[in-house]
Amino acid sequence: MSIKRRDFLKGTAAAGAAASVGFPHIWIKDASLAWAAGGEIKVGVLFSLTGTTAIIEESLNKATLMAIEEINAAGGINGLKIVPIVEDPASDPATFADKARKLVVSDNCVSVFGSYTSASRKAVLPVFEKRNSLYWYPTLYEGRECSKNVIYTGAVPNQQQDEFIPWLIKNFGKKFYLIGSNYIYPKEENNYCKKLLEKYGGEVVNEEYVPLGHSEFSSVINKFKSMQPNVIFSTVVGDSVVALHRQYRAAGLDPEKMPMASLTTSENEIAAMGGDAAAGHFTSAPYFMVHKSAENERFVDAYLRRWGKDKVTHFVSEPSYFQVHLFKQAVAKLSPKDISPTTIREAVKGAEMIAPQGRVRIEADNLHTWLWPKIARARSNGQFEVLVESKEWLKPLPYAAYPGQTCTADGLKQT
Amino acid sequence: MDFALQQLVTGLSIGSILLLVALGLAIIYGSMGVINLAHGEFVMLGAYSAWALQAFLGLDLLPSLALIFLMVAALGWLLERAVIRRLYRRPLDTILATWGLGVLLQQLVRLTAGGELRYVQMPETLSHSVTILGVEASAYRVFIFLAAALLFFVTWFLMQRTTIGMKLRAVVQDPGVAACFGINADRVYGLTFAYGAGLAGLAGALVSPLKSVAPEMGTGYVIDAFMVVVLGGVQSLMGTVVSAFLLGELSGVIAFLQNDTVAKALVLLAIVVLIRFRPQGLFVARVRA
Repeated sequence: MSIKRRDFLKGTAAAGAAASVGFPHIWIKDASLAWAAGGEIKVGVLFSLTGTTAIIEESLNKATLMAIEEINAAGGINGLKIVPIVEDPASDPATFADKARKLVVSDNCVSVFGSYTSASRKAVLPVFEKRNSLYWYPTLYEGRECSKNVIYTGAVPNQQQDEFIPWLIKNFGKKFYLIGSNYIYPKEENNYCKKLLEKYGGEVVNEEYVPLGHSEFSSVINKFKSMQPNVIFSTVVGDSVVALHRQYRAAGLDPEKMPMASLTTSENEIAAMGGDAAAGHFTSAPYFMVHKSAENERFVDAYLRRWGKDKVTHFVSEPSYFQVHLFKQAVAKLSPKDISPTTIREAVKGAEMIAPQGRVRIEADNLHTWLWPKIARARSNGQFEVLVESKEWLKPLPYAAYPGQTCTADGLKQT
Repeated sequence: MDFALQQLVTGLSIGSILLLVALGLAIIYGSMGVINLAHGEFVMLGAYSAWALQAFLGLDLLPSLALIFLMVAALGWLLERAVIRRLYRRPLDTILATWGLGVLLQQLVRLTAGGELRYVQMPETLSHSVTILGVEASAYRVFIFLAAALLFFVTWFLMQRTTIGMKLRAVVQDPGVAACFGINADRVYGLTFAYGAGLAGLAGALVSPLKSVAPEMGTGYVIDAFMVVVLGGVQSLMGTVVSAFLLGELSGVIAFLQNDTVAKALVLLAIVVLIRFRPQGLFVARVRA
């Protein structure tokens, strides 16, 4: 049966008219009914559920989903229900970018909560900047970023080290051995550490980087023995943390005289290395599971009840949790037709809430978070003992190591 | 003087771990000529077996070693019968097939046991330091050294002084003529592959209290193992020992003087240069041409 040209043209015109009427947001720009439609507001959840970093990221996924469930159970945001769209980028930065694109463009998510590694964050950044969307990043990282499309709720180097380094010098001594895995995060942290050491009269006896995944530390331990540092500032990650701690202990070194000070060893790593190897070493972070506060008790209790008694909360899952509540707070200030990534970002500037670690606030200039750094010592039972809690919350300065640059509300400024 | 002794001991320790891991491959690749890229996964399975036996049956590491050897050897035997047997004298296909097996095993472990880093407890009796030649060393590392030496001796004995070893050497030299003498080549190959796999499993179990247990831990080991075997001279057990300790000592010294990243690069460079000028490796098996 052949179609006549007239019929074909009539059919196409009719279809086109139907399409444009049925899907107004393809020709109405910024049709905000697309963001919060039908009593629902869609958000993306982008954490790896499979692959090498899945172990940590699936706990971030759990914390995010739990927060969304809590908000929905309490009536949603001004009656709007949050609908999480969960994607699994499988620990691969390229897949992170693909899934981010899908969440922002096809699924119309007004915000996406995600990423653990800096590599994945850098991979998705172009998506959010190009589409002017909003990404909420809960992980401690190396700073040196000033995107207007990301809310950073994890600690930056100045928040983790400003109180930690002088405390270490005062309690243990001036000689520091810097050892890290060979990629950007340890290098930036060590860069900042060296600046602090210079300021407080410390001394770097050696600085070295081991390949990612490296697990043979006997030569490194020999160097510890021969150079006798007072503190080992360790930024190794993943398998290397466990191997270093276990071999340190097997070699008979004493954490009371030569402790390891880390920014990344959490309750998860302690479980993998065993209490013996972990005990006596120090971590600086804004949050520990044992922190005593009403908010934290509620959080930990709810988390264990929801996901299992054997789980732990740590300093990346806690920001994953409270950032969703900050999201809710920001959206609640807006009327439904005004909801968009840009308005949410403006609304969240300066927003405060009582998080499990204490009161937190989103800094308007750089979209990072005011946090409460703490110093804790690991115990052989797998938990930490918090030794020092900072008296004031610390302002985030992502460019603290680069005095010529500041992140302001108008972008990166050279001073 | 003190530094030299300390370095010697460190190098011996690193070398003994290399030897442990490479010994199984020395049998499988060296004696059988099978390029087994799943060797690292056998090591990983040994480590996971140690964890599983400890976590679910409460068995300590030392008593469970024999069981781990048998478990991984059994798996090796199965794989040989199912896959490897069909690919003798087809090296490229063996590479592909064993690589695929390796990926399969890794993901299987990840699906069943999860991707978390697992903990294997060091035996209580070995968790202290001892003084060797005036140098302090971890008792467990000394134990690994002794274990590596013992396993090497057992392997050498099996290969050179027992009937099964003689049968293997005959089959490797010429399967046709060996069959004429009534040697069942299939069974010999199967048992040898299983033995090599079992050794790899033992290596994984022995190393796990010093490091962590993760699904992707095998990849690093298979590279190291091949380097040791190729440098030492394929088909020479003595070569494997010498090259393991040579590489261990070299990487230990360079890592001490510089750092581990540089050590890795320089050691690899040294191997490349050596192979360039002596392609057959350090020790050559004498063959009647």
